[in-house]
Amino acid sequence: MEAVNKRELIVSKIKNGTVIDHIPAGRALAVLRILKITEGYRIALVMNVESKKMGKKDIVKIENKEVDEKEANLITLIAPTATINIIRDYEVVEKKKLKVPEVVKGLLKCTNLTCITNNDIEAVSEFRKISEKPLKMKCVYCDTVIDENEILKQILGSKS
Amino acid sequence: MRDIISSYDFSKSDFEEIFELADKFRNISPPKILKEKTVALAFFEPSTRTYLSFNKASINLGASVIGFSGEEGISVAKGENLADTIRMLNNYADIIVIRHKFDGAAKFASEVSEKPIINAGDGKHEHPTQTVIDLYTVYKNFGDIDNLTFGIMGDLRYARVVNSLLRGLTRFKPKLVYLISPPQLSARKEILEELNYPYKEVNDYNEVIEEVDVLYVTRIQKERFPDESEYEKVKESYIVDSTLVSKMKKDSIVLHALPRVNEISREVDKTPQAKYFEQASYAVPIRMAIFHKVIGE
Repeated sequence: MEAVNKRELIVSKIKNGTVIDHIPAGRALAVLRILKITEGYRIALVMNVESKKMGKKDIVKIENKEVDEKEANLITLIAPTATINIIRDYEVVEKKKLKVPEVVKGLLKCTNLTCITNNDIEAVSEFRKISEKPLKMKCVYCDTVIDENEILKQILGSKS
Repeated sequence: MRDIISSYDFSKSDFEEIFELADKFRNISPPKILKEKTVALAFFEPSTRTYLSFNKASINLGASVIGFSGEEGISVAKGENLADTIRMLNNYADIIVIRHKFDGAAKFASEVSEKPIINAGDGKHEHPTQTVIDLYTVYKNFGDIDNLTFGIMGDLRYARVVNSLLRGLTRFKPKLVYLISPPQLSARKEILEELNYPYKEVNDYNEVIEEVDVLYVTRIQKERFPDESEYEKVKESYIVDSTLVSKMKKDSIVLHALPRVNEISREVDKTPQAKYFEQASYAVPIRMAIFHKVIGE
């Protein structure tokens, strides 16, 4: 309990919203990027805190936003260990179960330079999951397959 | 009404129905099922054979044909994007046949278009109607496609006809498919992972040529290489000449989607194995049969 209280000194409880815990250390900002959260929300970030399970971890708290199923699944692309808790009136009312999304639209870039999605202003990238472990996704337009490393590189490496 | 984007859009029975229809259309005057309809040939990339055969197939079925071949002179040259061009063609045509230099362009067009889209080649991705022609030629020569040994040779990485053929063969039961290429031009892993029949990758055709029933030769296409120096290294990797053909089985066949450059010597044209001109002659009846399937009549 004491450890929890210490953490609460850094980030207080939220009344309504979402707490994303057990994010691999250093990836909290990328989680926000995946959720396309830039402005308008009150957000608390805790990075590189001690974790019994993970050694170090990040935590994100977003006030007045309940992360939906689709958004939760996207988080698996960079933070498969994350746990997502929906908070209402200071209580955890739902723990989201994460699974790698079947389809990822508009988030990842096809690595094939001659793919239509890299060459037409209206063509939005779309990838379908072909395997979870190892994580592999295939471009629905040109069949190029991207793996976990490429996905991490794109999401963690891109500037928000 | 439906789109034809990939070889996977054809089931085995689709292939068989198209073969039967093509047989029929080679012998009798076809019904004018496209009378009062317009076919748009949107060839953003220049083409001779494919363009002309789709054109002739449309005319034979009674259609009016509109279209263009090559980017010059159309609004794309002024910076218009593919989606807008397709929207414009939607107003004028009942079927849109598209060739484009970018992979996935046909699928993207099908999402924009309310009219059926037929992929006549998208970048290095697919060329499904060519596969129907290829398999029909095999069928006409052997009476079957199952239990044959295929040798697919040349550029297996950037040749769209290869992707489509490898996928089309999943609807049949080939005995074995040899993938013959220099390592730089080997078939893409993601395509190979989908295949449901036995295949082997080899670099030297001499190892397998005596076993092959169907030798499918591809042109090494300069325009598909991201790096021209890579093209220079492999451009003449394999040449099919009469010495090579003399090692093949007597009833084996050599196919090529054409145009060829120098990957098949002219001397091979006179050998009984040379079936690539016969293959080209099937383009119109096959594409007529495909129009039938697409229009659903």
